[in-house]
Amino acid sequence: MITKKTFSIKGMHCASCVYTTEKALKKVPGVEDAVVNLATSKASVTYNSNSCTPQDMAESVAKTGYTLELEEKSESVEKEEKEKEQKDLRNKVVVSLTAGALILWGSFPGIMNTAPAILQNFWVQFLLATPVQFWAGSAFYRATVPALRHRTANMDTLVALGTTVAYLYSVMVTIFPQVTKSIGIHPEPYFDVATLVIGLILLGRYFEARAKGQTSEAIKILIGLQAKTARIVRAGKELDIPIDQVQIGDVIRVRPGEKIPVDGVITEGESSIDESMITGESIPVDKADGDTVVGSTMNKSGTFTYKATKVGSDTMLAQIIKLVQEAQGSKAPIQRLADVISSYFVPIVIMLAFATFGIWYVFGGDSAFLFALLNTVAVLIIACPCAMGLATPTAIMVGTGKGAELGILIKDAESLETAHKINTVVFDKTGTLTKGEPEVTDIVSVNKLKNDEILRLAATIEKGSEHSLAEAIINEAKKQKVTLGTVKAFEAVPGHGVMGTVGTQRIFLGNRRLMKKERIALTSANKEIDRLENGGKTVMMLAVDEKLVGLVAVADTVKNSAKKGVEALQKLGIETVMITGDNARTAQAIARKVGIDRVLAEVLPDQKEAEVRKLQAEGKKVAMVGDGINDAPALAAADIGIAMGTGTDVAIEAADITLINKDLRSVAYAITLSKKTMRTIKLNLVWAFGYNIILIPVAMGALYPFYGILLNPIFASIAMATSSVSVVSNSLLLKRYNIKK
Amino acid sequence: MTIDKILVVLFSLAGIVFTYWYFLMKKEEVISVTDSVDITVDGGYSPNTISILQGKTTKLRFIRKDRNSCLEEVVLGDFKIKKYLPLNQKVTVEIKPQKKGEFTYSCGMNMFHGKIVVK
Repeated sequence: MITKKTFSIKGMHCASCVYTTEKALKKVPGVEDAVVNLATSKASVTYNSNSCTPQDMAESVAKTGYTLELEEKSESVEKEEKEKEQKDLRNKVVVSLTAGALILWGSFPGIMNTAPAILQNFWVQFLLATPVQFWAGSAFYRATVPALRHRTANMDTLVALGTTVAYLYSVMVTIFPQVTKSIGIHPEPYFDVATLVIGLILLGRYFEARAKGQTSEAIKILIGLQAKTARIVRAGKELDIPIDQVQIGDVIRVRPGEKIPVDGVITEGESSIDESMITGESIPVDKADGDTVVGSTMNKSGTFTYKATKVGSDTMLAQIIKLVQEAQGSKAPIQRLADVISSYFVPIVIMLAFATFGIWYVFGGDSAFLFALLNTVAVLIIACPCAMGLATPTAIMVGTGKGAELGILIKDAESLETAHKINTVVFDKTGTLTKGEPEVTDIVSVNKLKNDEILRLAATIEKGSEHSLAEAIINEAKKQKVTLGTVKAFEAVPGHGVMGTVGTQRIFLGNRRLMKKERIALTSANKEIDRLENGGKTVMMLAVDEKLVGLVAVADTVKNSAKKGVEALQKLGIETVMITGDNARTAQAIARKVGIDRVLAEVLPDQKEAEVRKLQAEGKKVAMVGDGINDAPALAAADIGIAMGTGTDVAIEAADITLINKDLRSVAYAITLSKKTMRTIKLNLVWAFGYNIILIPVAMGALYPFYGILLNPIFASIAMATSSVSVVSNSLLLKRYNIKK
Repeated sequence: MTIDKILVVLFSLAGIVFTYWYFLMKKEEVISVTDSVDITVDGGYSPNTISILQGKTTKLRFIRKDRNSCLEEVVLGDFKIKKYLPLNQKVTVEIKPQKKGEFTYSCGMNMFHGKIVVK
C-alpha cells in the first residue's frame, strides 16, 4: 500500500545535508519519493508500506549521521508553541497594563490632578493607547475577522467590538473635540477603558492558559513515565537501543533501580517491582519466572531478563494513555445544555448591547450618550462565554487524570457522570471478591471409597474442564502425586458440573443441581454437605454409577481488601450485592465474612445479565464489578461496568471503568471521584451561568434606577478575566482532593 | 421623542435584527464526504457541515490557520477525540461513525462549532 508520511530529521544544517538524507531515504527499497525540507527539518516520504517500514528508513538515515524521528513529537511542538505564546502574552500584558495605568492616571477624575501635564494630553493618551489597541489587541481582531466571515462570533468578537467602540469614540474626541462639544458633551476620551480592558483580559487569558496547562498534567506524567531506552540481549551481548526499536520477542535485561521498558514475561531471575505508577498500589510486587511485567514500572531489587510481548502502542501504558486521552476528549451529557446555550450566547449579547445603547440613549437623561456608550461597552466586555465552555471539560480532564493516577481508568465522560448516581454495586464473587484461586479443603467419603480414590476420580474427570474449581482439584491431585486415569465421553454442563466414563464406571461430579438432574440421592450426605456449605465452601458431589460416593469441598480465599471495599461503599450509602453460581449457603457464608448486604446465589453464568436487569427494574442504578472477561454481558448490561484487576484489552473494551489494581476499595474511590467531579462541574456551571445571568443585566444598568449602580467597563473586564480563571482553578482543586480519605 | 432619539432607537433595532439575521439565520451548506476532507480552521471550520456515511472510516484533515488559541484544540466529543492542532500543520482525525444522526464538534472552549451529519 502506498503511504505518505512526514518525519522529523535531526542534525541537518545545510543544503548538502538535505541531499544526503534524501539520497539515504530513496535508497531504501520501497521508498518511491522523498522530499526533505531544511527549513522545517522534515522529510516527506512516499513509500510502499508492504516493502519497507519507517524503521528501515530510520536505519538508512542513521548511517549518514542524521536521525529520523519515528514518532512525531506533537507534544514538544505543542509545548514549544505554548511557551512562545505565553511569553508573547506576558509582554503584551505588561505593555498594555503600563500604558493603561499611565492613561488612567492622566484622565481619571480625582487622581488626574497629580499626574504630569503630559499624561493629561489627549494626543499623548492617543499615542499610548494606539499600539495597545492594534498590537496587544491584535489577537482579538485576528480572531474576529475570520469568524465574522463565517457568520460566527465568539468572545474575541465581543472584546474587539467593546474596545473598538471605546477607542474610536476617544479618537473622535481627540481629533474633533468641537463635535462632541456641539452636542453638549464634554470632550473626554476613554482611552483608559480600551487599553485597560485589553490588558486585563489578556492577563486573565495568561493565567487561564497556565491553569489550563495543569489540567492535562496527568496525561503528560503518563507519557513521561515511558522509558527511553532498553537493554536488549543479542548473541550474548547487551545492547542499549531506543525504546521504539524494541521488537516483540526481544530479550531485555533489567537491573535494580531501572525502569522496565516494555511489557513482557520474565524468563530468568526474580525481583520486586514497584507498579504504583500504573496500578496506584504502593506496595511493590514480587515477580519471578513466567510472571508478566509491565513497561514503565520500576525494578526495585533484583536483576532479571524478560521477553518483550507487547511494544509500541500495544503496551499497557500506551493503552492507558490512549484511554485517558479518549476519555478527556469525550463529552459529558451534562455539557449538552452548555453547548446549546453557547451557540446562541454571543449573538444574544451583541443584541443586548444594541438594546442597552438604545434604551440608555432614550432614557439616560443629561449624559444619555455617555451612559449609552459606556454601558454598551460594559455589556460587551462582561459577557463571558468562555467560563461556560470550560466548566465541564476542565473538570472531566482533571477527574479522569486523577483517576488514572489511582489506577482507575474511566472510559469516557459519560461513564464518569453516570457513576455518581450508582446506588447498588453488584460484585461477581469468584475472582473479584475472592482471589479466584480455589483450593481443595475437604475430601469426605460417604461410603467405603478411600479419600485418595475420590480425589483420583474427581481429578481424572475434571481434566477436560476449564472451570476454576477443576483447576483446584487437579492441583490437589498433583500435590498428592495421584496418578490420573483417562476419561471417555466427557461432558460439561454449565452451572451443573461434569460427567464422563473412567474405566467402566460412569462418573458424575458437580453440584446439587447435577445430582438432581441425574436423580442421584444425597440423603446419606446431606448433613455433611450442610456443614461444609455453612463454612462457605463449595461442595462438589462425586457419584459413581449413579451412587453418591464422596464429597470434595473447595474454598476460595476472600481478598484482603474485600471487607474494606464493601464497607467503603456502605459508607457512601450504596447497597452491596454478591452474585455467584454457588449455592445459597456457601454464598451466604462468604457474604457474612465480607459484610455484603444481599446475595444472589445459584445464578448460572448466562443469567448474571438478567439479574442485573432485574435490579435495574427495581429502580436501582447498578454498577457491576467483575473481571471483565467472562462476565462481559453483565458488565455491559449494568449502568456502569467495572472491570477489576486487569489491564487487558478485552476488559477495557467491555467496561466503563477499569480498575488496574486489585484493591476492592477502588470501586468506592471511583464512585467518590465521580461524585466529586460532578460536584465540581455543577459548581462551575452554576458559577458560569450565574455570573452571566446576574452581571450582564448589571452591566446594562438594571440596578441604576434603584441603587444608582453602574458598572465601569474596567471593572467589567476584571470580572470577566476572573470568571474563566476561577472555573479552571475550581476544576484544578479536584487534584488536591484526597479520594482515599 | 426627539429626532436623534428616534434615529438611535431605529439604529438599535436594526442592529438587533441584523445580528439575529447574520449570526442565527445563516444557511448550512452540507458537503458530502466519501473518504477524506480537508477542514480549514480559520475563524471557524470550513467546510462547517459535512455529511459522511455510517460505518465507513472517514479522514478529517484539520489545518489550523487561525492563531487564536481558542481554536488550538478540536474536540469531537461524540467520537472521544481531542486533538491539538499545531498552526499550519495538517492533523488527521479518523472517525468511523456507528450511529446515524447529527454530531457537533467544537474548539476546546466550545466557542466555534462544526457539524458532522452521518447518513
